[in-house]
Amino acid sequence: MASKRKIATCSLAGCFGCHMSLLDIDERLLELLELADFDRSPINDIKEIKGIVDIGLVEGGLCNAETVRVLQHFREHCRVLVSVGECALTGGIPSMRNHLSLKSCLEESYIRGVGVENAHIPDDPELPLLLDKVYPLHEVVKVDYYVPGCPPSADALWHVLSALVTGRDPHLPPALLKYD
Amino acid sequence: MSPDTKKTFQLDGKEIPFREGQTVFDAAMAAGVYIPHLCHNPDFEPHSSCRLCTVIVNGRPFASCTQPAVAGQDVRSDTPELNEMRRALTDMLLVEGNHYCPACEKSGNCRLQATAYALGLQDSHFPQFFPRRDVDASHPDIILDRDRCILCGLCLRISRSVDKKSVFAMTGRGITTTIVVDSPSGLLADSKVSREDEAVRHCPVGALMMKGEAYMVPIGQRRYDVSPISEDSVREFHAREEAHNG
Repeated sequence: MASKRKIATCSLAGCFGCHMSLLDIDERLLELLELADFDRSPINDIKEIKGIVDIGLVEGGLCNAETVRVLQHFREHCRVLVSVGECALTGGIPSMRNHLSLKSCLEESYIRGVGVENAHIPDDPELPLLLDKVYPLHEVVKVDYYVPGCPPSADALWHVLSALVTGRDPHLPPALLKYD
Repeated sequence: MSPDTKKTFQLDGKEIPFREGQTVFDAAMAAGVYIPHLCHNPDFEPHSSCRLCTVIVNGRPFASCTQPAVAGQDVRSDTPELNEMRRALTDMLLVEGNHYCPACEKSGNCRLQATAYALGLQDSHFPQFFPRRDVDASHPDIILDRDRCILCGLCLRISRSVDKKSVFAMTGRGITTTIVVDSPSGLLADSKVSREDEAVRHCPVGALMMKGEAYMVPIGQRRYDVSPISEDSVREFHAREEAHNG
């Protein structure tokens, strides 16, 4: 038997909804685990990818320096990088802040917001610096495949993942192509 | 059978009959062949601006919604090259506006979204523009959300030729083109628009919407959730022809 594939996943500026959808493949997870092992993923809480993995699934867009670092780490360590969900593909809901300046967003939350006490914009050096805008993944690294949807359905994720693991074309059939 | 009905042209190798004066688009749809389109609504005058319905006629590209059918011409529509161009055009329309499908009330009823599905647009090639555009929610019944406008011009054409009000116009050029409203304040509330107007009923996207009606049909059970736009458009076209022919 050929050696098992390795899969890594992460959520950047997303809501983990895509990961919930991944868990929604239900008993097909067992089938997947016959063919592949999970490396870094919130599912197993492994924090960094060791070596090279075959498939990287990235949920969420880019909103701060840390998300860019993680995405670049994934690009360097994944043979195939898959952009998963509307936030990864377009920036999604978090990118609604792009119509406002970062300064006005921070002031609205931490200075002028309803019920704010001890008003100041958080500046702890451990906090990753926010980007001027929220960006889709393919504007920063090369992305190999895309799975749209908010979230993509479990069937759509299974279609793409099982295709990539077994070397088939991961193009979604019309019934599974959704942006909402 | 009148002599006219015998006239045909070739569309992707298939014999398509047409009536004198019919466009390539109308003849194709009447014969059950879907040609992707966005700025065109067969109920109204064609505009040929979105170029999605472009076909190759005897080796040259034409917008099928305005191109008269001519006997014996060779028309190509469903080709890899044309579909790639249509995907690119649709992708550009998506990145030029602010199209948040997951948060849009029009999702499932949107022709832009449904056309992207029909073309199999699964990936993203262009940087997002994230333009800053104004929303006009001043009217009690109607909302104008320019974030979602694709400048198809349908509201202009219908308001002018059907409603006889000319409420809408376009201003600016190129990427700064935008829809404006004919009223002293520039707001819908001060214009002659009303909920009975045809112009506010045919927006292909969620730019012009009736207030209070957005969620009457749940997401997942909407027009293009139930039936792909390729089938829906042909069915709608046939129903229109039947109604027209009595």
